[in-house]
Amino acid sequence: MMKPNAPRIRMPSTAKIGDIIQIKTKIRHPMETGWRKGGDGQTVPRDRITRFTCTFEGKEVVSADYDSGIASDPYLMFHAKVTGTGVYTFKWEADGEKIMTTSVPLTITNA
Amino acid sequence: MIIEPMEEYRLSRRQVLVLGGVALATTAIFGLTPFNAKASPKEARAKLAELAKGAELQKGRINITLPKLTQDGSRTRIKFAVDSPMTEQDYVKSVHILAERNTVPNVGTYHFTPLSGKAEITTRIRIVKSQTIIVAAEMSDGSIYYAKARCNVARGAGGCG
Repeated sequence: MMKPNAPRIRMPSTAKIGDIIQIKTKIRHPMETGWRKGGDGQTVPRDRITRFTCTFEGKEVVSADYDSGIASDPYLMFHAKVTGTGVYTFKWEADGEKIMTTSVPLTITNA
Repeated sequence: MIIEPMEEYRLSRRQVLVLGGVALATTAIFGLTPFNAKASPKEARAKLAELAKGAELQKGRINITLPKLTQDGSRTRIKFAVDSPMTEQDYVKSVHILAERNTVPNVGTYHFTPLSGKAEITTRIRIVKSQTIIVAAEMSDGSIYYAKARCNVARGAGGCG
């Protein structure tokens, strides 16, 4: 069983140069807007992921700024152009300077 | 007598009118205060104009996949694909999702680079009530394109249909 807060990444482990690969990411997070009232009548404090970044060897692939309209447990599917062997790093920045990161390596099958 | 005559409990015409008036006044004070959805299409349009930075807003180049009707507005799948070669010279810089009638129209902004390969995203958004979703794409040459999609919500993210 995976850890409750571990981000999930689904992407191919091998690819050819020039391919466009599909990357699916999902992370568990309540994405509280800070407007909702809980069962006790108190306003639930804001707790949101505000930024997501995917980098390949230090170069940005896709990034996103999240506002209130993003659903809880943010799911994101995007694409990346394969330029070589390397590591894709995924980073989520949440309120309270909480940062969650994970990385997945990709190897090239044709030189 | 156990059963008393009904006439004694009847309200007079004046009492009925007074009660009706009180009910109306209560509704006016408490019932019609706005609950969750504060944004208006006007606000979304203003945001769109702000993004354009004076450039002409053009329709097209964006394909949105959004269900026409959703049971659960708190997580609705949306997919957009922007038609672009995604080369160093010509690529999509960023894409904004705006929801006209959400509490705040900004939903999310996605930034692309030539390394993205494709300007295509699938994600899940909150839709407070039935409304039009706008997707606007800023290109690397400064031009801006937009597309709209309508989504009817059976049960909104705000808790009130």
